[in-house]
Amino acid sequence: MRALSLHRLRALLKKELRQMLRDPRMKAVIFVTPIFQLMIFGYAVNTDIRNTATYVVDLDKSAASRELIEVFAATGYFDVVGHSDRSTDLDRALDNGDAVVGIEIPAGFTSDVARGTATVQVLVDGTNSNTGTVAQGYAVQIVRRYATSYMQRTGMLPPGGVDLRTRAWYNPELESQVYNVPGVIGVLVMLMGLLLTSLAVVRERELGTLDQLMVSPLSTTELILGKTIPVMLVGLIQITLISAVAILWFKIPMRGSVLVLLPAALLYILAGIALGLIISTISKTQQEAFMVMFMVLFPLVLLSGFMFPVDSMAEFFRWLSLLNPIRHVVEIVRAIFLKGEGLAGLWHQYVALAAIATGALIVAMVRLRRSTD
Amino acid sequence: MSEAVHVSELTRKFGDFVAVDRVTFDVSQGEIFGFLGPNGAGKTTTIKMLTGLLRPTSGSARVAGFDVNREIPQIKTRIGYMSQLFSLYSDLTVDENIQLFGGLYGVTGPRFVERRDWVLRMADLSNERRRLTAELSLGFKQRLALGCAVIHEPPILFLDEPTSGVDPIARRAFWDLIYDFAAAGTTVFVSTHYMEEAEYCHRLALMNRGKLIAMDRPVALKQALDEPILRLETDNTPEAVEALQKTPGVIDAAMFGRAVHITVTDESTAPDAVRATLAAAGRTCESLERITPSLEDVFVSLVRREGGAVIG
Repeated sequence: MRALSLHRLRALLKKELRQMLRDPRMKAVIFVTPIFQLMIFGYAVNTDIRNTATYVVDLDKSAASRELIEVFAATGYFDVVGHSDRSTDLDRALDNGDAVVGIEIPAGFTSDVARGTATVQVLVDGTNSNTGTVAQGYAVQIVRRYATSYMQRTGMLPPGGVDLRTRAWYNPELESQVYNVPGVIGVLVMLMGLLLTSLAVVRERELGTLDQLMVSPLSTTELILGKTIPVMLVGLIQITLISAVAILWFKIPMRGSVLVLLPAALLYILAGIALGLIISTISKTQQEAFMVMFMVLFPLVLLSGFMFPVDSMAEFFRWLSLLNPIRHVVEIVRAIFLKGEGLAGLWHQYVALAAIATGALIVAMVRLRRSTD
Repeated sequence: MSEAVHVSELTRKFGDFVAVDRVTFDVSQGEIFGFLGPNGAGKTTTIKMLTGLLRPTSGSARVAGFDVNREIPQIKTRIGYMSQLFSLYSDLTVDENIQLFGGLYGVTGPRFVERRDWVLRMADLSNERRRLTAELSLGFKQRLALGCAVIHEPPILFLDEPTSGVDPIARRAFWDLIYDFAAAGTTVFVSTHYMEEAEYCHRLALMNRGKLIAMDRPVALKQALDEPILRLETDNTPEAVEALQKTPGVIDAAMFGRAVHITVTDESTAPDAVRATLAAAGRTCESLERITPSLEDVFVSLVRREGGAVIG
């Protein structure tokens, strides 16, 4: 193992940065895509429910049931698109896609409310499971709240008595933007790390310039550093850019400290770069590298908790996701932004990220050395 | 020491395929040593082993006195390498490419300025320093690549099919540079599949299917071919070749451009037999003469004697 030569490393870094900044497409990929993707996730991918098409079947036809329907409509979450007093109409409305949610108020609702055992049946269109689940949760709360107020008004429950209410902490409005935007940081930076690193090496192999570098006194370590430091810089620029847009444009609260975020960002980028290097050692062409990259990226994103909560995964995948750097960084970023969490509450995730980055980097170094044989 | 490269029983396998099979040779200092053979003969694999890009499966080699199995770092600072794939960065300028190679080989300060100016003069690019390399013609690119490969003035220079794709004039100019290097004491190890280019080498190793099949000066190789070669021009070359294959006294007949080269056992009786065959096949005989064999004839004849086919 030879000593690191600064003039060799500097020559390679200069070359990498020149090539990166000279390519207008690359500049667009680095500076424009993060903003673009953030906008898509912020505006288009909205998992909140608003004005959900709702069909109501009122079998009780009482003052109480009509009042409940008004309460539903008044929340803004539900848009009552039809009324009926026959259950079959509800089935048809859901089948035809006229409504996503159906609410059936059973006969005897008024007396049930008086006894405190009121229930309504909520039917959801399972093909849109996300909206369905959220709508169901809201409906249950609304009925419970209505029952409580009804009992208070009729004097069955003393005012100020038991009032069951769920409150979402840290994100009181349950706004999906607040939840999504920090997640975008995780996914985007990983994508860039994999893409830039693997292509940086594979492109040179394809062009034959990698051999030219390998016959020079440049060592494997110098080559890796020269290839990864620019990607590291790009990653940091992107994290800064996304965070700035998230805070200034989307008004995402930043309750934590940038100083806590920075080490996580560095470890995370490092893990992405190491994975990119591993991909570069198993791909001969840029197309191959692209294919492998997407094969790796999709499961990483799906098993990260960015879109689907880790807690609702099957046990095997929950364990597997511990190896997923995106999972840890999404947890860290959300905790820092939304809860103002410090290092003390996040050390699990930091240790995991550090372990993943180190492990992947070792594999990448060994494989890269061997690929010259 | 006068041995720049010493190779002994060098072998490289890729799985079951033997790309280079127990190759042994020496190259002395200041020599232009050529590796001639078709694509896939093992030339590039041999050069990759000598430059530290590939590890040998077995055998040994010393480059500039250092072992390719154990002392690759020492070798790397003492060799220059230029490959068949054009290996400069086309999105960098002429100056930036030279800077990169200067940095990689530790050529800095006043020595760098001196060497950079030398490269620019040699490649005739002194007024094109800020041009992107992509905009240069292939001939200029190759001279620049050569300049970058020798920026650190290495005693040994490896050129892997350096002139593929350039026109004959640019190729000739490139070889003038190679002669200059050799005259200054640089050892030049060059691989090629161009026969006329092989003639420029001081000494030539012929390679086929991973094996070294002959090694000598180009003139000596041609003289060593004792079977006479006749050159025939006819109206239908492929049919003539087919007919001549079965003619008594003809060892081999092969197409060489529009003509046929016929290897025969006896120069005095063969021409009549050839003419008779052509007449029987209804083909004309526009001209038939004995020629000095070219390197290609030597190559084809040696491969035939080995009992194998030329691959590539």
